[in-house]
Amino acid sequence: MFGLKTDWTLDIPDRYFTLDDYEGNIARWCPGCGDHAVLTAVQRICRDEQLPPEKTVAVSGIGCSSRFPHYMGTYGFHGLHGRAFPVACGIKARRPDLHVFVATGDGDCCSIGSAHWIHAVRYNMDMTVMLFDNFIYGLTKKQTSPTTYRGFSTNTHPRGAWLPPMNPTAATLGFTNVSFMAQTVDWNPAHLHATLLAAFRHKGFSFVRIIQRCPTYTGALCDALQRDPSQILLLEHERGIRLDPQVGRIYPNKMEHDPSDLVEAQRIAARDDLMPIGLLFQDTSRLRYDQYSSEGMNTPVESKIRVIEQELDHYAI
Amino acid sequence: MSDETQGMVSTEHVAEPRIIPVSEHVVEIVSDSGQGAQKCGQIFSTTSAKMGNGVWTVEIIPAEIKPPARSRAGASGIRIRIGSTYVTNMGDEADLVVAFNEQVLYGRLEQGAFREGTILILENKWANDSIPEIREQYAAAVAELKEQRLNVIELPLEEECLKHTPNPQLGKNMFVLGMLTWIYMRDLDKPLAEVAHTFRKKAQKIIDLNQKLVRAGYAYAEKALNFRFRVDRWPNEQPLVVMNGNEALALGVMAAGIETVAMYPITPATSVSHTLGDLFHKVGGFLHQAEDEIAAIGFAIGASYAGKTACTVTSGPGLALKTEFIGLASMAEIPLVIIVVQRGGPSTGLPTKVEQGDLLAALYGAPGDSPKVVLAAATIEECFHMVVTARQLAERFRTPVMLLTDTNLATGVQPFPRPKVAGEWMPPPIDQSPWKKNLDPFAWDPETGLSSRPVPGQPGGEYVLTGLGHTRKSHVAYDPDSNQLGMDMRSRKLAALQATLKPPRINGDPEGDLLVVGWGSTLGAIEEAVNRARGEGMNVSSLHLRFLSPLEPGLTEIFSRFKDVLTVEINYSDKLEDPLITPENRRYAQLAEVLRMTTLVDVDCWSNVFGQPLRPGLVYEEILRRLSA
Repeated sequence: MFGLKTDWTLDIPDRYFTLDDYEGNIARWCPGCGDHAVLTAVQRICRDEQLPPEKTVAVSGIGCSSRFPHYMGTYGFHGLHGRAFPVACGIKARRPDLHVFVATGDGDCCSIGSAHWIHAVRYNMDMTVMLFDNFIYGLTKKQTSPTTYRGFSTNTHPRGAWLPPMNPTAATLGFTNVSFMAQTVDWNPAHLHATLLAAFRHKGFSFVRIIQRCPTYTGALCDALQRDPSQILLLEHERGIRLDPQVGRIYPNKMEHDPSDLVEAQRIAARDDLMPIGLLFQDTSRLRYDQYSSEGMNTPVESKIRVIEQELDHYAI
Repeated sequence: MSDETQGMVSTEHVAEPRIIPVSEHVVEIVSDSGQGAQKCGQIFSTTSAKMGNGVWTVEIIPAEIKPPARSRAGASGIRIRIGSTYVTNMGDEADLVVAFNEQVLYGRLEQGAFREGTILILENKWANDSIPEIREQYAAAVAELKEQRLNVIELPLEEECLKHTPNPQLGKNMFVLGMLTWIYMRDLDKPLAEVAHTFRKKAQKIIDLNQKLVRAGYAYAEKALNFRFRVDRWPNEQPLVVMNGNEALALGVMAAGIETVAMYPITPATSVSHTLGDLFHKVGGFLHQAEDEIAAIGFAIGASYAGKTACTVTSGPGLALKTEFIGLASMAEIPLVIIVVQRGGPSTGLPTKVEQGDLLAALYGAPGDSPKVVLAAATIEECFHMVVTARQLAERFRTPVMLLTDTNLATGVQPFPRPKVAGEWMPPPIDQSPWKKNLDPFAWDPETGLSSRPVPGQPGGEYVLTGLGHTRKSHVAYDPDSNQLGMDMRSRKLAALQATLKPPRINGDPEGDLLVVGWGSTLGAIEEAVNRARGEGMNVSSLHLRFLSPLEPGLTEIFSRFKDVLTVEINYSDKLEDPLITPENRRYAQLAEVLRMTTLVDVDCWSNVFGQPLRPGLVYEEILRRLSA
């Protein structure tokens, strides 16, 4: 009657969540730490996707990045060093209604928790995993991590890390049942956000390696990457990370990569001349263990008792 | 059985076999691994239980799947003790043994499993083996067994089986089952029905062949032997079920309403997962075989944090690996049931043998102070019911609860009153209602330390669980007051639980010369020994603990009424008579350590690490030694 069309209805949700709803304690990471950017990106995704905070769980292990859950306004589980994946899988196994984010670091995931990493990829439960890779143990003050560059001086290897660094992206792409592998950098908020959003929307175990600055200990390593975008290889594809073309313009090295091509993804991941960012691999048809593990949930008590009684019949004398 | 049968049992043919009534009998079947002695014994045991006997079965297991044939250490087999009363343990020496070769008997001889007069039915094909060395070994062994005055009956078991099957190696066990069925006067239809059930997943012709061999063994025994044993029924009107302890645990998990079990294969706990693997999905449960022990408990903790009480099942080495997570569950107050089926330790130890070696690890095996509830099942029936108790305590007290059993319970088979599964045993559906406003996630009751926990999905309850020191709000806190308060509250829950417990029941008089204290699977052997000694006028009583943390109340007072208190355990302790051992440096058996510490009573201990279930005869001798000193 006031000029509104009669077929126009206003669909007001019962609850609307703002960024404030996803804010927990004040982040206590070092100033300039890349973790802040990841936190902001995840909070934006929660808001954009309107995830009820009570239905969202952030799970982590131990390390700088594993403080992540404390800074979220959702449910959180800050557990043991290296053990975020088993906990996250246990949560998801019987609570498929919960949105699970996992925050882990290069020490947490690729060293002490590496057995769980391999198997979590294989389980392919629906969760979003952020590997905060800053190439160093930060919280315990500068020890060599599995991804520390060769020759980089640390407190455990003052003469320089002796072993070649592990390549978590190449490794993940080699694990059975891998379904989503992307790589991004913390200093490009648009690419970080777009990558994490794609990971969140992927139904399966979305593994995102975030190249992340540690201004306190490995600032120099990322400075070069950050200041010289020509060291980055931007992966583009219509089924890849959706990015504003303006953002892509800063990267002179681009490559068209079909994320369904696993062999090509492995080849790209193994490159040591340029740091690829973007979606390396995605396959939505991979088996998902959470679909199997959640079968039979909410079986009524009466049916349970019936089954147990039948089994007791078999043991009866 | 006494020696009155000496000379009466043989293969000498008579028109009517002699029927010898006995109140109980211990039967062993020993063979090389893979010859099915255990299957034979299990069916005989079930048959006996179904015939109304009290039964206890224990497996004799080599650590390897296929140890070399005819090796002394490779004995694989089973012991079945049947009786006209409720049988609670494996007993002492065997009364009747069936052996598929003579070499496997040496190990049993060394362990004192036989006595003078034990009837030994021995496969005699080795006497004519083509290899001279085997013939010599056989002759030497038979001579030695006779020297030790065993009642050796050599029979051509394989030759007889060959009449019915081309492959007697795979069927001899069923033939022996038939013989035992005849000897012990069981109804033939009962083992036949069990055979059909055991092989229900196999082809009909397999069932037919096995049943044919049972019948053949029965007919052969009738022809070949001149003695039978009659073991009267155990008068019992209750409906019963018969199973081993691991099956009881698995059914207990389901009856407790636990829906998630995460485990990693480890002897002797693994078979819990086999039973669950068959059944769990039918009650909507999920069995997760994790990538390792640590992941298994982490997974269970995740499920429990998300509102689904979960369980993990392991043994000693797995318990060691899970320690850090158990500390987290204690620190962050996550309900969790941890079942520990103990085996011989330390390290890989004796994987297939029994030991009560993990009590102190269960109680104290964690960095910092990590209070938790620790229970120990004493019978197979308790393996079932205590899972229900454990789950309820875990939820109510918001804590990890450990349930200790051991190899003896895991592989022992015993009938017990059929449980009546009740809906109240299971948890209610998970609460997703809005969380009470302003109630902190650790709103500890200052008196009991109890608090209720928000579950993901409850709006307004959002909190971050952490293994770091934390406040009532679950905020990380390193300040002195917060840490002291959290530790106080978590510890207080045990005191609150203890306040609800009753003092333990005493078997025998409430005062006297000696009190024997035990825990776990030794209940039957201890009580049998104590009752025997009491029957002979000795002033001894016993007491068996189910709650190890918190301890059952009233122990100091009970102990004060006895001149001496002695724990009997199957774990390590120094002996005072050993070199260099003094009362000050002596390392006591594990429960004795705990009781000395908590009651300040000079509790003594008697223990061994033979890897064998406790024998009542050994306990009796120790009681005798102490009371006649």
